Amino acid sequence: MNEKRGVRKIVVPGELIKEMGKPGKGVFVENGKMYSAYLGVVEIRAGYVNVIPLSGCYVPKKGDKVIGKIIDIAPMNWVVDINAPYYAPLHVNDVPWHVDFGYTARYLSIGDVILAKVSNVNELGQVWITMKEQGLRKLEGGHIIQISPFKVPRVIGKGGSMIQMLKEYTGCRIYVGQNGMIWISGSPEGIITVIKAIRMIESEAHTYGLTDRIKAFLEEERGEEHGN
Amino acid sequence: MGIKSDIRLIDDNGLRIDGRLPNQLRPIKMEVGVLDRADGSAYIEWGGNKIMAAVYGPREAYPKHVQEAEKAIIRARYSMAPFSVDERKRPGPDRRAVELSKVISEALESVIFVEKYPRTSIDVYIEVLQADAGTRVAGITAASLALADAGIPMRDLVVGCAVGKIDGVVVLDLNKEEDNYGEADVPMAILPRTREIALLQMDGDMTYEELTGAIEMAMEAAQTIHKMQIEALKRKYVEVE
Repeated sequence: MNEKRGVRKIVVPGELIKEMGKPGKGVFVENGKMYSAYLGVVEIRAGYVNVIPLSGCYVPKKGDKVIGKIIDIAPMNWVVDINAPYYAPLHVNDVPWHVDFGYTARYLSIGDVILAKVSNVNELGQVWITMKEQGLRKLEGGHIIQISPFKVPRVIGKGGSMIQMLKEYTGCRIYVGQNGMIWISGSPEGIITVIKAIRMIESEAHTYGLTDRIKAFLEEERGEEHGN
Repeated sequence: MGIKSDIRLIDDNGLRIDGRLPNQLRPIKMEVGVLDRADGSAYIEWGGNKIMAAVYGPREAYPKHVQEAEKAIIRARYSMAPFSVDERKRPGPDRRAVELSKVISEALESVIFVEKYPRTSIDVYIEVLQADAGTRVAGITAASLALADAGIPMRDLVVGCAVGKIDGVVVLDLNKEEDNYGEADVPMAILPRTREIALLQMDGDMTYEELTGAIEMAMEAAQTIHKMQIEALKRKYVEVE
């Protein structure tokens, strides 16, 4: 987001895209012309013209780190809601514990929240997730909020700059799942500040100069905390 | 339709009973993102019509036997509130609502990239809060806004628009009196970019020439309504700044 301010160009489904480039994501070609498939913003990256949707559901991709909620238990697996069109099964072989047949509920029960990774997606849309990797675990305590999955890159920022800033200013621990679920843990004031900041990012995601405004907001919040 | 009466629907100056010209639309107001719990929503006021549309999904289709292995299914439900008409309407789906739900589902399905979400369903709920003729076309217009708001990939926005014949004249966008005492009503759903027709029904009769003229008239009106749709969608985001 260079120094330009203002709103990015918004396109609606079926709108002709005049930008030149190869058709990328979120666009379709008819009679040699490019049209947007979504209500979104136009972005040109590496010669491809993409339309980033402003809203919509999460489409799982292999390797994504997601935050999911256990919604059902079976003898050999759990069913996890990762906020995608489909529920994801988590098999007992994919967790870091040794689970005996039928004892799944001892480790994760309904309502528990986990940090997991999408291990596979097939063309039918079926999703498998795993917890067998460094850093993947059950999330205990903390606070969960939900944002549009397309705004996750803005919350993380370029090279993690935004999320790093949020962590530094509030001292909270934050996990952002690619599916738009965000887990925050820390002091109550810190959590409130982070939620406010994320809501701000969410509503202004399509504007320029966002990092600076969030920084100003965090400075202000911190000022208030120190009693002036 | 077809009720014999001596009501004059067009006066000596060629104006209709609400003072409109034959090719003039009723005032239309649209708003996007009016409901928090739905994935996408829209509200439309079209003349005396007040209609709310909500979209849920794509989500896993249940019961499982309705799932389609390679595409999403579109389930639209058109329903009229008991208080939407002069005399209380019995709540629940009737013959008319079932038919409209079916044709609206099919009109919307023609623009959605259904192959992107296999095994899912996209549910569209169209609730008519106040009816004043042309609810199905207003419902389609609102539903396509709600779909766009829900972030569902589409080839184009769908525009609903009705044409009809009253006192022997082909007119655009009938109101309640014109619908009841006129000679024909032709609701249409149009894809404004390609000028394709996604829905065309006809109640009453028209000659071939009248119908072609009517379709042409609806196409022109669809472009106007399409501009309003774009404006309504963009307004949700531009006002934030």
